[in-house]
Amino acid sequence: MAQMTMIQAITNAMHTELKNDENVLIYGEDVGQNGGVFRATEGLQDEFGEDRVFDTPLAESGIGGMSIGLALTGFRPVPEIQFFGFVYETMDAINGQMARYRYRTGNTRSMPITIRSPFGGGVHTPELHADSLEGLIAQQPGVRVVIPSTPYDAKGLLISSIRDNDPVVFLEHMKLYRSFRGEVPEEEYTIELDKADIKREGTDVTLVAYGAMVHSCLKAAEELEENGVSAEVIDLRTVSPVDYETILESVKKTNRAVVVQEAQKQAGIAASVAAEIQEKAILHLEAPVLRVHAPDTVYAFTQAEEVWLPNYNSVVEKVNQVMNF
Amino acid sequence: MKRTLENIENQFEMFQIMNEEGEIVNEDAMPDLSDEDLKEIMKRMVYTRILDQRSIALNRQGRLGFYAPTAGQEASQLGSQYALEKADFILPGYRDVPQLIWHGLPLYQAFLFSRGHFKGNQMPEGVNAVSPQIIIGAQITQAAGVGLGFKKRGQDAVAITYTGDGGASQGDFYEGINFAGAFGAQAIFVVQNNRFAISVPVEKQSAAQTIAQKAVAAGIEGIQVDGMDVLAVYAATKEARKRAVDGEGPTLIETLTYRYGPHTMAGDDPTRYRTDDEDSEWEKKDPIVRFRKYLEGKDLWSEEEENELIEKTKEEIKAAVKEADNTPKQKVTDLISNMHEQLPPNLEEQMEEYKEKESK
Repeated sequence: MAQMTMIQAITNAMHTELKNDENVLIYGEDVGQNGGVFRATEGLQDEFGEDRVFDTPLAESGIGGMSIGLALTGFRPVPEIQFFGFVYETMDAINGQMARYRYRTGNTRSMPITIRSPFGGGVHTPELHADSLEGLIAQQPGVRVVIPSTPYDAKGLLISSIRDNDPVVFLEHMKLYRSFRGEVPEEEYTIELDKADIKREGTDVTLVAYGAMVHSCLKAAEELEENGVSAEVIDLRTVSPVDYETILESVKKTNRAVVVQEAQKQAGIAASVAAEIQEKAILHLEAPVLRVHAPDTVYAFTQAEEVWLPNYNSVVEKVNQVMNF
Repeated sequence: MKRTLENIENQFEMFQIMNEEGEIVNEDAMPDLSDEDLKEIMKRMVYTRILDQRSIALNRQGRLGFYAPTAGQEASQLGSQYALEKADFILPGYRDVPQLIWHGLPLYQAFLFSRGHFKGNQMPEGVNAVSPQIIIGAQITQAAGVGLGFKKRGQDAVAITYTGDGGASQGDFYEGINFAGAFGAQAIFVVQNNRFAISVPVEKQSAAQTIAQKAVAAGIEGIQVDGMDVLAVYAATKEARKRAVDGEGPTLIETLTYRYGPHTMAGDDPTRYRTDDEDSEWEKKDPIVRFRKYLEGKDLWSEEEENELIEKTKEEIKAAVKEADNTPKQKVTDLISNMHEQLPPNLEEQMEEYKEKESK
């Protein structure tokens, strides 16, 4: 099996779908000849032509709105928003428009749009490049938010997202793009959306995370193992809607949970997961559900970034609290 | 240094074919329309005026819901719509329900749209349109996408979108016309300049003397048209359509028009921002009055015929209201099932909850 970085797996997924379905279009700022600022679309224009893989003018709202129009004419658009901090420019097209189109048109129109966008901290970007803004989209019904944590997941989840007839915001953590390789089959495969994945089995505490924080949890779990604590790590994969069933099943087994997100504490995915656990499984809990998160400030400038971001130590610390409660 | 602004603005003179007296003042530009076409256009304008009056009355009786009056804008709305083919795709603003009706949306569904029922937004098979956009300008970038889609598929069809003078201030207006220009999208952008964005006069929207000239910055064609002259609006749209499908690019059409009524029926009071003098000055330009004069001059129209049409229209409206009344109310469970192609687990759970509530 091939070893790929996450960015290679993403390119591979787009290549697969460009080949599979002539309605798939890939476009955005610098995605053409340049192959994207992270090279996610490297070589795709050369192979599939400018009609299907193309550069757009530099305007995110235009990219979002145009995607809706292309979907209305039967295309399956896969636009790229160069960095997810730029999503504010196209919030109406996503939350105000594509997420509502199916309902608005009385289920007569689909919006099979997959917006890909890099996000996430730890790579020393300028402002508004690294923020975890998944919560902004997660609050909007009608659009899914999918965040892969491994190269294998990235390919399968991206193919599933592109094939889905509802809009998906597909967020790619920049720190994971090239930090490691994983096994990725060359052939096509899909991974079910709306389903979490147990990345590590354990019996004493459930760690729920997504994106780069899955790896912080896995690293924390190794360290905890040395201290006799067996942690189960759940990767949400789809962060909106959340697969609560898998989480609840795990918590009923471990009786403890820590929910981990890179985003700030307020109004986040972790808050929603913690609330659901106490609503549905409070009698199974031996300790309060704790959260790991960044402080409630805007994303830090680069000099404070490393301290600002949660890491595996923050996870270990919170797990120790729930174990010793 | 050469000054270009004045030179550009001078080039955007209002295009007119028929003056306020119903006289043809621009014979060369006269579109090729049969007597039947001319009568059909008149019929649509009268029908729409009556529908507007009835809609306002129904709204006041609490029987309609959201409604944005259309009287005064019939030539802009229907002259442009008449230039379309069935395959063309309409992306309307909130006031542009008449175009949808004449493109194929059944009247009772237009009433259901006003009443906030999703069935009002379900275009019948073969009616290429989406329901009226509420966010000002959002439809403009979408029209660029539809127009690009038609181009990619090599279809003989255009996207046409409508907004107002206020809409032309939105970022999405500039992004939409710029994208359409850059991609050669088969699109027509109609700005119905009725002089007021709710209450704010067009002079406060922009320093530009015309909205049409904004096309220049996007590198596309722009034209300012007498929006009370249905022949001019028709001719300009027809030409724009031809250019679009011939691969000559999109067009921005500014129609100079006026809404006689309030912005919507939800409490707007135009006397706070318009004068009676201004109202009556525009009423003299009325699109139906001048077209009636023109048709009567050609012996194509009579009072008798118009009265007959009015009665028939009122009957149709009555029947459509009844059909809307007979449509079962929309439920929350309908909403839940229309959110996704396949219900995600959270909504499956909530579906059960609301089925239970609605069964009581």
